[in-house]
Amino acid sequence: MRRDLITVVLLLAGTACGGAGSGTSASAGSTVPATFERYDAGAVAGGPGAGTRYAFGRQPSDSLLGAWDTDVGKNGAELPPGKGSVAQGATLYAASCASCHGVGGVGGVSPNPALVGRDSSAEGFRFADDPKLVKTIGNYWPYATTIFDYVKRAMPHANPGSLTNDEVYALTAYLLSANGIVPDSATLDAAALREVKMPYRDRFVADERKGGAEVK
Amino acid sequence: MDPTAHPSVDAEPNDPPVVAPQEARRAPERVSRRTLLAGAAGAVGGAIVVSIPTAAIGQSGAPTAAPAPSPAATPAGDASASLLGTPTTPQGARAAAVNPSRVPVGQVTGSSRAPLGDLTGTITPSDLHFERHHAGVPALDASTHRLLIHGLVERPTEFSVEEIRRLPQVTRTYFIECSGNGRAPFKDPKPNLTAQAVAGMTSNTEWTGVPLATLFREVGVKDEAQWFLAEGADACRMTRSVPVAKGWEDAMIVWAQNGEPLRPAQGYPLRLLLPGWEGNISMKWLRRLELGTEPWMTRWETSVYTDPLLGGKARQFSFVQDAKSIITSPSHPDVINARGWRPISGLAWSGRGRIARVEVSTDGGTTWHDAELSGTPQPKAHVRFQYMWKWEGEEATLLSRATDETGYVQPTRSQLIAVRGAGTDYHFNAIAGWRVQRDGAVFYHGTT
Repeated sequence: MRRDLITVVLLLAGTACGGAGSGTSASAGSTVPATFERYDAGAVAGGPGAGTRYAFGRQPSDSLLGAWDTDVGKNGAELPPGKGSVAQGATLYAASCASCHGVGGVGGVSPNPALVGRDSSAEGFRFADDPKLVKTIGNYWPYATTIFDYVKRAMPHANPGSLTNDEVYALTAYLLSANGIVPDSATLDAAALREVKMPYRDRFVADERKGGAEVK
Repeated sequence: MDPTAHPSVDAEPNDPPVVAPQEARRAPERVSRRTLLAGAAGAVGGAIVVSIPTAAIGQSGAPTAAPAPSPAATPAGDASASLLGTPTTPQGARAAAVNPSRVPVGQVTGSSRAPLGDLTGTITPSDLHFERHHAGVPALDASTHRLLIHGLVERPTEFSVEEIRRLPQVTRTYFIECSGNGRAPFKDPKPNLTAQAVAGMTSNTEWTGVPLATLFREVGVKDEAQWFLAEGADACRMTRSVPVAKGWEDAMIVWAQNGEPLRPAQGYPLRLLLPGWEGNISMKWLRRLELGTEPWMTRWETSVYTDPLLGGKARQFSFVQDAKSIITSPSHPDVINARGWRPISGLAWSGRGRIARVEVSTDGGTTWHDAELSGTPQPKAHVRFQYMWKWEGEEATLLSRATDETGYVQPTRSQLIAVRGAGTDYHFNAIAGWRVQRDGAVFYHGTT
């Protein structure tokens, strides 16, 4: 609604000044450049006019959406069917992951990160106090659904996207178990994964930096 | 700092080897000789092309065969000016003695830094723009690449690259800076760090593309959309969540840099550009935008690119790169070999807008002097500063301090540690500089 108002104002200004372009610069006022909020089709010389579209592109096919729209957000609403157990994940991990992330996920060849570790020294989220502490899934990651999303899209490193949903559930279960977050006997599916709460989820805060004199 | 000992889950290969090949900077007398030859050519007349046959020039720039008469013996340089030059070529090359180089780190996933100490002005040559990628550089075909925009929009749409290029274009100059820029000097400020190692994960480019706002209008972004997911077509299908407001403000989908199509390492054929924000969120190889109501909490905004804070917290979605500056000349490994006047020159930038002021200190921060800003500072872009300094052979510690138009003053390293903790892991914008020894040798000074 607010954008519609701005469009109307631009149109009027353009009429009054004899051109949409001059209307844009007049509305911008000072030396602050017009933001793209004001930069629509009506602000371009020779363009079709404010509030109109170029109407390029085409409606995406269901197959394209199905292939690309695989992201899983924090609530796990998009999690696909399938399931996998900790034991299945342990076998998969040893075969496909340990060569980079180390046996048991405790770290392998740099720069591949450690995935597992609940060393007592790193508990309590004291990472700002001690630069030597190593972040892992268990002691840092705020959402378990992120494991599923990332493993599914990006792992294993040399063949990303090759794992089945069952395999990704199994690996997620294994990594959560190894970090002491689900029991060794766990089997995860969409419903079970949505229920997992990571121990340090509430430690993440919004960016309060706003510019100005104070260093934050 | 040993990159293999990086404590983060991220373990970015961000901590560089120390020194780039900079032989040209170590051998000013050779550069001077070539400058003399070129100057002589100019004196003879613009129509005559002077060339030193490439084969006769060694890597150091010194003639190795068929030396031309010394300029000292032929004051006007006529003898060399009469030699037939080499023909023009499809793409240009740098002068043989000029070899600014990046230092690639990491296998496939890695980074390389812009050689700030070798550059002048503000635009980073495209082949020297810093790189940071998380799963290598994909080889994409612009004729088949697509940008899909869907989710909370009126008209889910798939655009070809050609269609993106047919929309009204804008060209703007913005810096990009990796939020890990400066990690090694912050954590372990060794004297032998170069400007490239200290701050080379930033570059400044004239970008051409389409405002994201134009595409938002094309697809009809719904009012309830608050965030969008940006996805790359690299091997890790990198994703990050971005507030929709940034799309209306100044975000662009860019397809060209410095007058030519994007380099593959900068996202060819399409890149999301979010001016002033940490570099990783300017998604390269962009293939998909999904509009939604909340952030997705991808790996790249949870496990990494979050900033631990004192009190057992971590700052998330810390997008903006605060004001920062770095003196690039003199800088390590320069050796000042002449007393007297010279510029202290460097770069300053702020992700919050324009740089308002840069101050330089030659006494380690006891006294500060306003530097000249070259040209009118542009928002979220590098600006070159200089301060003329007369060196009389004394020890000196050269520092620079930027202030942006919001009144934010670049902090010291100890200020940052005090507010964020020594384990803070991104957004290292501390005041830093260079210690000049009596013999003219220049070393990094970062413990401010």
